[in-house]
Amino acid sequence: MKKILVASALAALVSGAAQAADLRICVEGAYPPFSATSPSGELIGFDIDITNALCDEMGKECELVQTEWDGIIPALLERKCDAIIASMSITEERRKTIDFTDKYYQTPAVFVAAEGAGIPDTAEGLADKVVGVQRGTIHHDYMTGEFPDVELRLYGTQEEANLDLQAGRVDAVLADSVTLDDGFLKTPAGEGFAIFGEPRTDETYFGVGAGIGVRKEDTELRDALSAAIAAIRENGVYDEISSGYFDFDVYGD
Amino acid sequence: MDLTLPLLHWDMFLKGVLVTLQLTAIAVAIGFMIAMPCAIIRAERPGSLADRLVRAYVYFFRGTPLLVQTYLFYYGLAQFDFIRNSFAWIFLREAWWCAVIAFSLNSGAYATEILRGALATIPRGQTEAAEALGLSRWQTRLLIQIPLALRNALPQYGNEIVFMLHGSVVASVITIQDILGAGRTLNAKYYVAYEGFISAAILYMAITFTLVGIFRLIEKRYLGYLHVRSDNRRTPAVAAADR
Repeated sequence: MKKILVASALAALVSGAAQAADLRICVEGAYPPFSATSPSGELIGFDIDITNALCDEMGKECELVQTEWDGIIPALLERKCDAIIASMSITEERRKTIDFTDKYYQTPAVFVAAEGAGIPDTAEGLADKVVGVQRGTIHHDYMTGEFPDVELRLYGTQEEANLDLQAGRVDAVLADSVTLDDGFLKTPAGEGFAIFGEPRTDETYFGVGAGIGVRKEDTELRDALSAAIAAIRENGVYDEISSGYFDFDVYGD
Repeated sequence: MDLTLPLLHWDMFLKGVLVTLQLTAIAVAIGFMIAMPCAIIRAERPGSLADRLVRAYVYFFRGTPLLVQTYLFYYGLAQFDFIRNSFAWIFLREAWWCAVIAFSLNSGAYATEILRGALATIPRGQTEAAEALGLSRWQTRLLIQIPLALRNALPQYGNEIVFMLHGSVVASVITIQDILGAGRTLNAKYYVAYEGFISAAILYMAITFTLVGIFRLIEKRYLGYLHVRSDNRRTPAVAAADR
């Protein structure tokens, strides 16, 4: 009897939380306010709330798998998770590798620098400046594509790029407007910094909004998630969640 | 898996190799310059104030991971206004210098213990003979003890350099495009997981084996007397002792 107990306890330990969940969702956890890790280690943010709402809507048990951004698509392809809900923009480039649901929000990208730095947002104006971006993002692609003369610094997370902007190691960062505004400018750390230049929406780089990434063969899951997005848009759950984070329409038009 | 990707970006990897080699070489060189006096203090003045300071330094840098040390220098120190306003910021502002400082101090701590051990194993008779010949304290150190210690420390020092090479991957987390940084950028660019890492692994392996080979040659040159000669040259006495 004792042996059986020990064996089952061991089995429970080894299999851990991996069992039981219907769906495993890759999230990032370092991209506030969309995805962040609370001081107690919990995953919080808009992406997380949307994930939970979608899972409820579909009647599925979901498990969150926290994954580094630059390994998140490989994690999906290697079946470490079944879907990516991590503010990932739907771009043609990514569509070559994975498939996307309809968008669940859309916000433009902006540059941020020290207040009154007076940097023009043109290729010539930024030519001798150092700009920080998160490695493997649409912002990284945009900078290499449109600003080839700018000295780029690549970071694993946006939070690290912001730290170096604060420290003065980079002159500017380019990232999503909301994550920069809520995750940096509105915090004490962001004091003395401001958005400059035009918001960026160029579809070739920035795509058509953030969607949920799935493997190409999982068309059924893709359609179910798209339907669930439409459903929570319809029944008011989406608005309830987004009003808790933003004072504007984050879904875009 | 598509192994043409790294070949397509060979220039990125080549730059990465140069950065990694430079970082490792500088860190090991500065580390040695820190370690030599520290090891002499540890070996000759145990218990003194200087010895305690050296021990605290070694204790800290061997007791914490290199990644944490590098983060402390790069993101940690940048949090303080007085550091950002000071002269030191000229260096600490650059990721490159933060890595050089952290890696050198780390390598120095390990090398201190290696050299201290090597100094401690020098037979007392060697020092006594030097004294008997009328060599001064410094002459004894420079002509007898340090050369002997370096020779004894060779195998371990070779290991330390290989460890430093492998530890230098930490540079890629503070925006330095070393070999791993090149691999990560490749992965991020094509949304793959293996191609970048495999390429990095092969490059690190090639450098490691080259280093190991170089050290084997140096050891053959300076520690050759420790090896028994090959069979046909054996004297009958040695051959008999072997049985």
